[in-house]
Amino acid sequence: MSAVEETVGYDEAVAQFDPVLGLEVHVELSTATKMFSGAPTEFGAEPNTQVDPVSLGLPGALPVLNAKALESAIRIGLALNCSIASYCRFARKNYFYPDMPKNFQTSQYDEPIAYDGFLDVEVPASEDGTKPAFTYRVDIERAHMEEDTGKSLHVGGSTGRIHGAEYSLVDYNRAGIPLIEIVTRPLTGAGDRVPDVARAYVATLRDLLRALDVSDVKMEQGSLRCDVNLSLRPSPDAPLGTRSETKNVNSLRSVERAVRYEVGRHAAVLRSGAKVVQETRHWHEDTGLTTSGREKSDAEDYRYFPEPDLVPIQPDPAWVESLRATLPEPPAERRRRLTTDWGFSEPEMRDVLNAGALDLVEATVAAGASPATARKWWMGELARRANVEGTELAALPVTPAQVAELQRLVDAGTLTDRLAREALEGVLAGEGSPTEVVASRNLAMVSDDSALTAAVEAVLAANPDVVAKIRGGKPQAAGALIGQVMKEMRGKADAARVRELVLERVGS
Amino acid sequence: MSSSVNELVHWDAARLSEALVARVVSSEEVTQAHLDRIAAVDGPAETGVHAFLHVAAESALARAREVDADRAKGAVLGPLAGVPIGVKDVLTTRGMPTTCGSRMLEGWVPPYDATVVRELHAAGLVVLGKTNMDEFAMGSTTEHSAYGPTRNPWDATRVPGGSGGGSAAALAAFEAPLTVGSDTGGSIRQPAALTGTVGVKPTYGGVSRYGLVALASSLDQAGPCARTVLDTALLHAVIAGHDPYDSTSIPADVPDVVGAARQGASGDLTGVRVGVVEELSGEGYEAGVTARFTEAVALLREAGAEVVELSLPNLVHALAAYYLILPSEASSNLAKFDGMRYGLRVTPEGEHVTAEQVMRATRAAGFGDEAKRRIILGTYALSAGYYDAYYGSAQKVRTLVQRDFARAFGQVDVLVSPTAPTTAYRLGEKLDDPLAMYAGDVATIPANLAGIPGMSLPAGLSDDGLPVGLQVLAPQQADDRLYRVGAAVEARLTAQWGGSLLSQVPEWKGVPA
Repeated sequence: MSAVEETVGYDEAVAQFDPVLGLEVHVELSTATKMFSGAPTEFGAEPNTQVDPVSLGLPGALPVLNAKALESAIRIGLALNCSIASYCRFARKNYFYPDMPKNFQTSQYDEPIAYDGFLDVEVPASEDGTKPAFTYRVDIERAHMEEDTGKSLHVGGSTGRIHGAEYSLVDYNRAGIPLIEIVTRPLTGAGDRVPDVARAYVATLRDLLRALDVSDVKMEQGSLRCDVNLSLRPSPDAPLGTRSETKNVNSLRSVERAVRYEVGRHAAVLRSGAKVVQETRHWHEDTGLTTSGREKSDAEDYRYFPEPDLVPIQPDPAWVESLRATLPEPPAERRRRLTTDWGFSEPEMRDVLNAGALDLVEATVAAGASPATARKWWMGELARRANVEGTELAALPVTPAQVAELQRLVDAGTLTDRLAREALEGVLAGEGSPTEVVASRNLAMVSDDSALTAAVEAVLAANPDVVAKIRGGKPQAAGALIGQVMKEMRGKADAARVRELVLERVGS
Repeated sequence: MSSSVNELVHWDAARLSEALVARVVSSEEVTQAHLDRIAAVDGPAETGVHAFLHVAAESALARAREVDADRAKGAVLGPLAGVPIGVKDVLTTRGMPTTCGSRMLEGWVPPYDATVVRELHAAGLVVLGKTNMDEFAMGSTTEHSAYGPTRNPWDATRVPGGSGGGSAAALAAFEAPLTVGSDTGGSIRQPAALTGTVGVKPTYGGVSRYGLVALASSLDQAGPCARTVLDTALLHAVIAGHDPYDSTSIPADVPDVVGAARQGASGDLTGVRVGVVEELSGEGYEAGVTARFTEAVALLREAGAEVVELSLPNLVHALAAYYLILPSEASSNLAKFDGMRYGLRVTPEGEHVTAEQVMRATRAAGFGDEAKRRIILGTYALSAGYYDAYYGSAQKVRTLVQRDFARAFGQVDVLVSPTAPTTAYRLGEKLDDPLAMYAGDVATIPANLAGIPGMSLPAGLSDDGLPVGLQVLAPQQADDRLYRVGAAVEARLTAQWGGSLLSQVPEWKGVPA
């Protein structure tokens, strides 16, 4: 590993240079079968079990395009406001590597299925509030289809990298999984907000892909992978500088950090009078650094040519239009609409978004809860539980419908907030619906005045001294009596009503 | 003809079919007769015909008995059920070695059948084994087989053509009544011409390429080989048709090739317009070849066809374009042979041997000279900076060739030419002169570039006593026209000869000492 490279402080770097960003995102489609064959695509299966002659590149095997993958590619293109090619082809990208079954990747080269689009990204205000929120239009150059490669596992040696390994194993399960590569144009004008733009773009893209239901978009599993291209130039009117391409930056936070780091590193190189090397770089999550990978030179010649085993793609315009009709509402528009509909403040909405609770709150509202109570449950008690258990909100064993049901019980006076939390406890423990838990745990409030009156009278009879104090002009002493009655009722009483009854009895 | 030869091996497939259906003979008898014939003439590799790389005697007899049992139970089977067949070793066969004539795949047993092979099994044909070929179908003599050449049954010192010399020689040596070949630039038609047999390259996309180990994907086409036009049509009907596993397969009905062959057998071609291609005759064609071709054209006129001369000017560039497109695609198609997953693996000496070193050593040892020559050519032609000048220009020529054919077929129904400019070379004669060998494909290559169907059928013997082929070309998806015209020519010629050309083939005596 090379020595840690010089960097310039971020603020200083962006004060002196204008950063230009480019992002390449690879999305694994969640199709049941592979891009060019009927082999299954289950994630995490035993090595080399999700394969067939095509995904192993056996002699004689031929590719057939997955219709669902093409449909997903077109829907992604449409959602990114792209033009859809009326005619396009696959190409072969030729290079030798053991995890490439055919030693060429079937990809699209100069004829992508979708091109010339954009995605409007809402960049939130900085946490300290000094930098305002704004909308940035990310220009999309292209979105094209390709197949994934297999995975190499290097055994022996200390680093898990090929260098120093004793031998390597190859798993072809991933070979042939459909990928869409989405490439932006050079993104200029972000200035010191360039890390925030990068993060916001990937987050918005992820939400959009999830809404399209075309991919699992799990960055940690590699179903959404991001390469960050960055360059600096002396001023916004200068030509573009030499870029670095940082590979496999696989979390939103890493995207932001990698951009920030590369800005500082490029600035240090340029200040020293040296030239930035055009190269791929590896991102290290643990140290927050990038290190040099292979140099990209003109010697790398993929000898692209049109894939003769596949026929040109000519999507029927009527079909494309029918796919346009299946597009979900764009996430940014949906957020604006829901913020207004629900009457949330901007910070409230941002919290909901950051917690990944938008769909949950929406479903809870749809099931009958008010937006405010839905937000209160998901961002309060449930967020706390998710935090304690180290899981995501959506992974908690409670449905939005159950949360709405719980709130209905509160609104009807059947449960106090405290009882509702206890009922929720039961739901999370798998004891059934809120109503079932209320019944089985006997949580419903006692609204029967005679039972309450009996309890009040028993407590008054047992505490003549306190009764005397109240009568002597110290009504605040009633608190102790109310507490005892509530205890007697095991919390299942309305405290306000108990207070009324106590004061009524003492006064009479 | 030696009396020890079982007469069944001289029967054509149509006659075998009738006898099998009538249960006059059993498939087991027919299969055994062919296995005996193979045992008698095919080996040893150094002196025999060497048409087969692998003989699957046991599975063939087992399959034959199955077909016999089905037929005894009264099952309705296809017309070719029980007829033996040889399959070019470029098609994958589940459980049966598939080498493509290369060391690279020595010992590889595919886990799946090519679609064509599945169709053969489904139709009840009995696969005798795999036939010899130039390595990965690159060559015109079968001398580039890593397992040694196939010899021409007409003359053991001559080549049978290539790359499908095994499939053609097996027919001419009566080792099989039917074989499957593959034709990228003439590999079915040229060996047919050189051995006095019939071979058809169907319309591109007419027969599935799934399981056909690719040489040049946009040119490759599997097709039928036999001793008669009708037999070829019967096999064509079995293997042709749409295959969802091949994206380039045509989703349309197969033309009625069998009907066309039967119609043509009357010898009458009244109303059929035939074009003689100016660019595919004359200079460079041997006198004996030209003589037989001229007679065949005269015969077409006698049959009632209207014959005209036509010029397809861009055909003069076809050979050059072909030898850019083919190596380009081949360089990519053959990249998968790297020692990582199947076939040969050569691990060099040394301590820290990398995967890249294994790939290099494996490819250096596994590919023969011709394969390496074409891989290097293709890699060069596709390189940045050369792509437009070579691959790009070649594709433009291809388009012009297609337009020439389209224009010609606006005026005539079929085109004719000699199949090859010469009769069979002597073994070793052209091995050191690849350009001369490439030139032997000049008449067959245009059909591959244009994706149109073509047939070669016997036109007679040259002055040297070796067979000459007549090539018939038709528009895309009009394969039936080949069979009508071919069957008419065949009927008139066999009448002239008083029997098939192959009845004149000398009994195999092996390579002279």
